Amino acid sequence: MGKRRVEVQEVREPRILNPRDCIVKITSTAICGSDLHLYNGFVPTMEKGDILGHEFMGEIVEIGPAVKLRKVGDRVVVPFTIACGGCHHCQRQEWSCCDNTNPNAAMAELINGYSGSALFGYSHAFGGYAGGQAQYARVPFADVGPIKIESDLPDAKVLFLSDIFPTGYMAAENCAIDPGRSTVAVWGCGPVGQFAVRSALLLGAAKVFAIDRQPERLAMAQAAGAYPLDESKLDVHERLKELTGGRGPDAAIDAVGMEAHGSLYDTVKQRLKLEQDRPFVLRQAIRAVRKGGVLSIPGVYTGMVDKIPFGAAFAKGVTFKMGQTHVHRYLRPLLEMVQRGRIDPSFVVTHRFPLSRAAEAYETFRDRTDGCIKVVLDPAA
Amino acid sequence: MDSSITPTRRRGGARGPVTSSKITVPDGDSVKVVRACTIMRPAAELYAFWREVENLAQIIKYPCSIVRISDTESRWSASAPPGDRRIEWTSLVINDEPSRLIAWRTAEGAEIAHAGSVRFEPAPGDEGTEVTVALEYNPPGGQFAALVAKLTDKEAGQQVAETLRRFKALTEAGEIPTIEGQPAGNAQDDGAAAVDAEQKDRP
Repeated sequence: MGKRRVEVQEVREPRILNPRDCIVKITSTAICGSDLHLYNGFVPTMEKGDILGHEFMGEIVEIGPAVKLRKVGDRVVVPFTIACGGCHHCQRQEWSCCDNTNPNAAMAELINGYSGSALFGYSHAFGGYAGGQAQYARVPFADVGPIKIESDLPDAKVLFLSDIFPTGYMAAENCAIDPGRSTVAVWGCGPVGQFAVRSALLLGAAKVFAIDRQPERLAMAQAAGAYPLDESKLDVHERLKELTGGRGPDAAIDAVGMEAHGSLYDTVKQRLKLEQDRPFVLRQAIRAVRKGGVLSIPGVYTGMVDKIPFGAAFAKGVTFKMGQTHVHRYLRPLLEMVQRGRIDPSFVVTHRFPLSRAAEAYETFRDRTDGCIKVVLDPAA
Repeated sequence: MDSSITPTRRRGGARGPVTSSKITVPDGDSVKVVRACTIMRPAAELYAFWREVENLAQIIKYPCSIVRISDTESRWSASAPPGDRRIEWTSLVINDEPSRLIAWRTAEGAEIAHAGSVRFEPAPGDEGTEVTVALEYNPPGGQFAALVAKLTDKEAGQQVAETLRRFKALTEAGEIPTIEGQPAGNAQDDGAAAVDAEQKDRP
């Protein structure tokens, strides 16, 4: 409804618009860190009245005529990226690069050269699809995206397959971790950072460093086995160097993205619209990663960034890995990990609100008050 | 997915072949656009869709009607700039190589004379089919109008790109993506609606 203004309104129920659609009655939905970029007004092409939300799950209540695999009554988790399954990119498992799901692809092409897949509830340049912070959502390509949950695992354990678990996992996978040897530094211990920390450890990282300034976030990462570094109290670069025998971490993960704190220069420029993103963490990570290391970026950037030490990246031969998560690729393997008890993703939930109090939930999450790390909304309340 | 080729003005007339299908329009003031995409379907299938000329109404975004007259002739009606007037023309297939190429031009007397071709070529490594559409036309109102049209989505290059995009989605994904008809919040009565919604007990 405008910058920092979300409202709960009664709207009519979504209906099937295309033959491969289904309608999901939502049982759990969450607020993502990237929703805060929308909330704070840093993502262009949002319109008043847009329905937010891209982390949701529920029960299929209606299917389109061309849906073959999914059935009414299926309990599903919905990936936040929308993919067709038939294009070159989908066939190469590059699901978030799908060619065929963004009705506003021309808009994205104008900005980015080419359009990636559409996303739920994430501005019109990404398709303008109504999101899942709602009681019902229309989900295109019902046979391609939504994964059926056959077991009786509670929502909180599987909901995050929709985004943050695969996003953290892909960020860690992109680090090319050599089990028992690699060291990984994770900037930002929000929900994606938390999953990146755990994923890096699951993939066998010898050491994982977790960087943040919120004590409760650092504590949560530490509980998983990471080495916490409070960036408000120490020189991150020097400390990382010291902790890695002077080499620097083998991989750096920027799980913060475009609204990093710590640089007045960028904050002012962003406010004045001279710069779209605040790449403070990106700069620090580029400098800190070891020679020949990997910089993995799950944090969202949407536009122009200033003063990126590209020379440092070049001089050290750093590999950049980034992009929207290819969620579909990870659904099955990560669900299996949850089923086998290797990880319980519900650890990240600190707050629950009824959907009717979404405005308050957004404020709590944005201000990180009350130790807020992850909010789940109950659409029935 | 689009080729990076931008519309080029062809000064002094469009003489000589512009593609292997020799599409040209007679007048000296033509605009040419070329757009391409790759579709993970066999060329024969894509060709067959395009050859059934009435199918094209599904993939052209702006409203148009297409009536098949004969195997090589069709009657078209669409709105055109400036001012979204309704114009009609007859289109003739002038070259037809099954699974490879279709070329067409407008019959004598068309208000906007144009000629076009669509080529279907296997992509390297046999990963799908490269579909290239070339269109050459005499912009109504001459060069100035063409420039104005370029600044809006009415511009031919964007229309060809959009048509190809929809063709690709329909043949590859089985449907054209849309959000038309989905619910949205009420943005009009900003303040009042908010209070209403907050006060109302939700089911």
